[in-house]
Parts: sequence; structure tokens; C-alpha cells
Amino acid sequence: MKVEISAVSHSFGAMRVLEDIELTVSAGELVVIVGPSGCGKSTLLNIAGGFTPPSRGQVRIDGEPVVGPDPRRIFVFQERGVFPWLTVEQNIGFGLFRVTEEERRRRIAHYVQLVGLSGFERSFPRELSGGMKQRLEVARALAVNPDVLYLDEPFGALDSITRLQMRRELLRIWQAERKTILFVTHDIDESVQLADRVVVMSQRPGRIRRILTIDMPHPRDLSDPRYIALRDSIFAEIGLAHHV
Amino acid sequence: MRRFSPLLGIVICIAAWQIAIMATRSPLIPGPWEVALAIVELARRGLLLKYVVASLFRVTWGYTAALVLAIPLGLILGMWRRGEDAVNPVLQVLRPISPLAWIPIAILWFGVGDASAIFLIFLASFFPMTVAAMNAVHNVEATHLAAGANFGLTRMQLVRSVVLPSVLPQLVIAMRVTLGIAWLVVVAAEMIAVSSGLGFLIIDARNAGNRYDLVIAGMVLIGIVGVILDLVMRRLETLDFVRWGYAN
Repeated sequence: MKVEISAVSHSFGAMRVLEDIELTVSAGELVVIVGPSGCGKSTLLNIAGGFTPPSRGQVRIDGEPVVGPDPRRIFVFQERGVFPWLTVEQNIGFGLFRVTEEERRRRIAHYVQLVGLSGFERSFPRELSGGMKQRLEVARALAVNPDVLYLDEPFGALDSITRLQMRRELLRIWQAERKTILFVTHDIDESVQLADRVVVMSQRPGRIRRILTIDMPHPRDLSDPRYIALRDSIFAEIGLAHHV
Repeated sequence: MRRFSPLLGIVICIAAWQIAIMATRSPLIPGPWEVALAIVELARRGLLLKYVVASLFRVTWGYTAALVLAIPLGLILGMWRRGEDAVNPVLQVLRPISPLAWIPIAILWFGVGDASAIFLIFLASFFPMTVAAMNAVHNVEATHLAAGANFGLTRMQLVRSVVLPSVLPQLVIAMRVTLGIAWLVVVAAEMIAVSSGLGFLIIDARNAGNRYDLVIAGMVLIGIVGVILDLVMRRLETLDFVRWGYAN
């Protein structure tokens, strides 16, 4: 098991946010955590990333307890995470201070191309669109060759067309690099489109209500009856009738 | 056309001044022409450049010394919670005291002369700059610090690669505002402590013969130099390493 979250509970003061979370993720798996806003899913990701020590319980990665942030596991924020004072290539190279200059150049070039930012190497984030900034942040994360990526509603601030393109991009990159990915969203469609498994969480205090395996190959057909059935079962699980 | 509007405003203002003088024949204020002649007179006597340079010299020393001490102090306090809790109340009490209130102390400590004036400019620049640097650190994005920590930066690396670049845009703005304050104060300081500079010119012109044309010439020169200083500082804001911090 790559990531083991065992008996994790968390409170902010008197407010209980997470209750008794048990989740294991295997290497190379893409797990999406979905739930209503305020259910503690972002807190869970911050705990896994080592940014928030849990009130109780433990997270282990490769059997080692997580005690803080670590460059082997990179957290991708919404596009706000890129450094606005650095150019695209400087952003991607930010975490590469332990490798040789030649390796650094090679990786920057590789990831600029992988995320489709060729021609923008010298641009500053203010000159990029929201989707490009998001891809830049993913490239910066991948450049240090982490084994785990944590993505906290990474496409939440993007318009719906860009969001669809970004999901396709993420799947392409994930298939090329085979990272273990923990992805948090409140978008049920997004979870079913991306995940190997979807973790459905309850209202606060967040518990795991159900874990669904999405055994459909990529690219997924969004009109496939199985896709629709899986999606509707999550809507039902969260307690939303699928009508507007 | 828009490029000429600022110039137009000045021309209208001078014209209104001239018309008012002609209409009222008031002896209480000299007209623009007399003031222009006074400036020419200053230039002929070699005082124009001498006084501007004298004032700029004092500002340069007082302001630079303040920046050199205030920026590191403010940054350290901004990053070091307990230090800030201890020092901030003192800063907040000293900050609203006008630098002019320090004049007696300045003369007591440094005597009548350049050192007193420089000390007053230093005080006027030091407090706002320290507070601005401290606040700039507080405004560093938490996500940027988290991202830096995630990539395994040590505390020193985090300061160099995340905190310093983050605070630069706000520091540059604060430097510009503070230079404006320093320039305000040098003129006041020169009225008391020294025998050169634009502030001295104004007081001296009145004391030695009520030369109000020279008084206003001094005021005009102070305004012009102030605008030039501000324009120079504004150039800094267009540099790439701070431009990202200002909304376009």
C-alpha cells in the first residue's frame, strides 16, 4: 500500500471535522474524494500532505509515518499556488535545487512540453490564463518527480470547458507518469470521470460513507449507462435527487 | 490630447494666479512673473543648485540610513512573532509623534547643523518603513509558503526564495511613500537647524527683508523636486521583479 490513512480524526477547537477515516491507496492509483463543501475533505488532504497534524490517528506512506511536508509528495493548490514573481520555467525549476544544472534544464524542457506550455517559457503567470496557470502548477509538482500528488479542487476556479480539457490533460499526464494521485473535489461528475475509486464523504463531521470502484477504461464515455448509473448512485448516496 | 492635460492644469493655475494679482493689486503675494525672476536670481547667485543639493544630501543620508535599518528590522519582526509582540507597541506609540516634536531633542543630541536635520529625516522615514516591512511579511500568501515548504526548502531558503520576492512590491510602494515624507520633513528641519537648503531659503528670505518672491520660489522648487523624486521612485514599480504585485 502506498498511502495508508488509519483511524484519522480531526477537530478545530470544539468543531469535529473528520471522524475515524480509514483509507488505503495503492501505488499508481487515482483516488478521488468527493463530498459536500465543509465535509473536511480538504482537511483530510492537508493531513495526508503533512501540513496539518491530525488530532488522532496516523497517515503512513510506504510504511513511514507522515510528520510534515515532503518533496516526495507534492500538494497542488488551485492556480494560486504558482509564484507570480517567477517565469514559467523558473516556476517549474523551483523545486529542482538538488539536481545538476543539466538535469534541471532537461526536466524543465520536458515538463514545459508535457503540460503544453511551449512558447511560454519566459512568460509570467499574469500573462497566462487560469487553465495554463493550473497546468504550470502541475508541471512544477511533477518536475521534482514525487511519488504522490495531492490535488485540492485543482480545477474549481476554471470555466466548465477548460475544466473538461484539464481533466483530459490530467488523465494523459497520469497515464504517462503513473503517479499515485489523491484528488479532492465537490464535483461528482468529475470524480466519476477521473477516478479508479471514488471515496464518498458525509456532511461534517466527515466520515467515509462509501467507496466505489469505477472499473471503466479511459477514455470514458459520458453517455455510457454504467457511467450514468455510477454517477447517480453517488448523487443518491450524498442525498441529492438528480433533478434541478 | 490627454498627455497635455496635466500641463494644461498648471498653465490654468498660473494664469488664475496672475489674473488674481492684477485684479486685486494685492501686496500680500507676489505674482508668477516675480517668482520666476526670483528663481532666475537664485540661479545667478549660484544658490539654486547649492540649496537643492543641500536638501537632497540630507534626505539621502537620513532616508538611506532609515531604509538600511528599518527594512531588515521590519522583516525580522514580521517573521518572528514574539519579537513583534514585544516591539510593536513601542513602534505604534512612537510612530504618531511628528518628527518636528523631536527638534529640541535633535538639537540637544546633535547640535545645530546637518546631523540634526538628518536625524529628523531618519526618524520620519524609519517608523513608517519598519511598519510597512512588517506588514508586508504578514501579507505573504500562505499557499506560497506552504508550496515552498513542500519542496523541502529550509527556513533560510524559504526566506530568500519566497518571503523576499513576495514582499518586494509592497516595499517599493512603501519606499516611495516614505521618500515623500522624508522630503516634507527636510524642509521643516532646515527651517530650524541649518543655514542652507530650500527650507532655510524660505525662512531666510522672510527674515532678511521680507522677500516673499523668494519664499514662493522656494516653495515652487520644493514642489518640483518632490515630483521628480516621486517619478524616479515610480520607475522602480515598472521593474519585472515587482510588477507582478500590482494589479494591471
